[in-house]
Amino acid sequence: MNSKPANQRIVITGIGLTAPNANSLQEFREALLSGKSGITTLDMRYFGTAPAGLCEFDATKYQKRRDIRNGTRAGSIAIYCAGECLADANVDLSAVDTARVGVFLGITEHGNVETENEIYEISKYEYDTSYWSHHHNPRTVANSPAGEVTVRYGISGPHYTVGAACAAGNLGLVTGAQQLLLDEVDYALAGGLSESPRTFGIFAAFNSQNALARNADPTKASRPFDVNRNGIVISEGGAVYMLERLDHALARNAKIYGELAGWCYNSDATDAVLPNAERQAQCIRAALAKAGMAPKDIDIVNTHATGTKAGDAKECEALRAVFGAECTHTYFNNTKSFIGHCMGAAAALELAGNLPAFQDHIVHPTINVEQLDEACALPNLVLNTPQDAGEVNAILNNSFGMMGINCVTIVQKFQE
Amino acid sequence: MTREEINEAVIDILTEINPDVDWKSFGPEDSLRGTLESMDFLDVVMELRKRYKVEVPEADYGHLSTLKGCADYLEAPLADK
Repeated sequence: MNSKPANQRIVITGIGLTAPNANSLQEFREALLSGKSGITTLDMRYFGTAPAGLCEFDATKYQKRRDIRNGTRAGSIAIYCAGECLADANVDLSAVDTARVGVFLGITEHGNVETENEIYEISKYEYDTSYWSHHHNPRTVANSPAGEVTVRYGISGPHYTVGAACAAGNLGLVTGAQQLLLDEVDYALAGGLSESPRTFGIFAAFNSQNALARNADPTKASRPFDVNRNGIVISEGGAVYMLERLDHALARNAKIYGELAGWCYNSDATDAVLPNAERQAQCIRAALAKAGMAPKDIDIVNTHATGTKAGDAKECEALRAVFGAECTHTYFNNTKSFIGHCMGAAAALELAGNLPAFQDHIVHPTINVEQLDEACALPNLVLNTPQDAGEVNAILNNSFGMMGINCVTIVQKFQE
Repeated sequence: MTREEINEAVIDILTEINPDVDWKSFGPEDSLRGTLESMDFLDVVMELRKRYKVEVPEADYGHLSTLKGCADYLEAPLADK
């Protein structure tokens, strides 16, 4: 029995998403349980080819073609996910006070795609800046993807993006929850998104860092925990959740996917790129404490692991420090092995992929592990085929990003 | 370019900028500004610069408020294009 008052409990009442292998939660779950990768080969200017995850949602479902042209890819992803989320949550914006609806979206970066496009465009005109588009500023202001959602749907409450590198999807959710607990809004559209594969820069940078995945078969390129992993697969995607205070959700008889029971975000404070297992473990422990849970109460840990040698091993080190021998019913999996690293969307998407386990009690696996790296040999690591867990009541979702930002969320099965 | 070609070129630009509108249904004197938003209008100016090297100073924007106005204004600079 949860002792918190209902207006201090945050629940998930809707989900809209697009991933490289799915455009709805149901499709996503089916893909994760059937081993369907969403990774393909992308050919981009300047850089050439690389494995990547691209989404194939119908942007015109929620946007006019003129608005797709004028806006950003990140905005289109956000608008699609928000539209699907509103429908799933059964929220009719014409019937609610839109000043009490907020949009809080995590991003890894924003503006790289638009800036590179403009530079490419003026390169056709001898770099004459009079050919630089007047759309550049509204496209690249940091709040742009969340703002595009408010413009599209007439949402007049607060909106902003949350910059938290590859932890942004989780921190978007946390921010939405915090805004609800502050009573700033009654509905929080919260989550994360990424348009990163739409320009070459992030590929080139990871390539220069020797951290870009390569494989003759793109569907095998994202392989966290495998001894032959060789880097990150860059993907786009988005996941937007409807968060509400429990009393509000119950009053309108909303469907409840789960309760956001705990979270923590902290900083490594040690290095811009290299992860810090000790700080990661601190973050996980603090999230558990906030949820009032012990490590053994967690049934699924969705790992952040991206497929880099150092990153995967460091995360496993942190997980071993927290989840001891008593955690016999704690299963570990990885979602990036299916969809690559969706950057700002990663944590939000990966959590969504696990949430149906509250109903089907199955843990989706991490795929593409042909030879497990001993440094990553966690107990109950679900490899290549789904695992029936019997019962799933709590999911812990890891996310870690550059500049040492860590964010962990815990969602538990809803019980009044 | 003939006036007819200029008219087609303008409709082609308008269609690229806002493909949701049937610009061919616009009469010569119908106002474009009621359908084009301000940022769209700047796109028209940009496309004329990119495609035809025609510079439209801000003081002349009013000349581009109808298809006929566009043809009148662009006839001279596009005469030898």
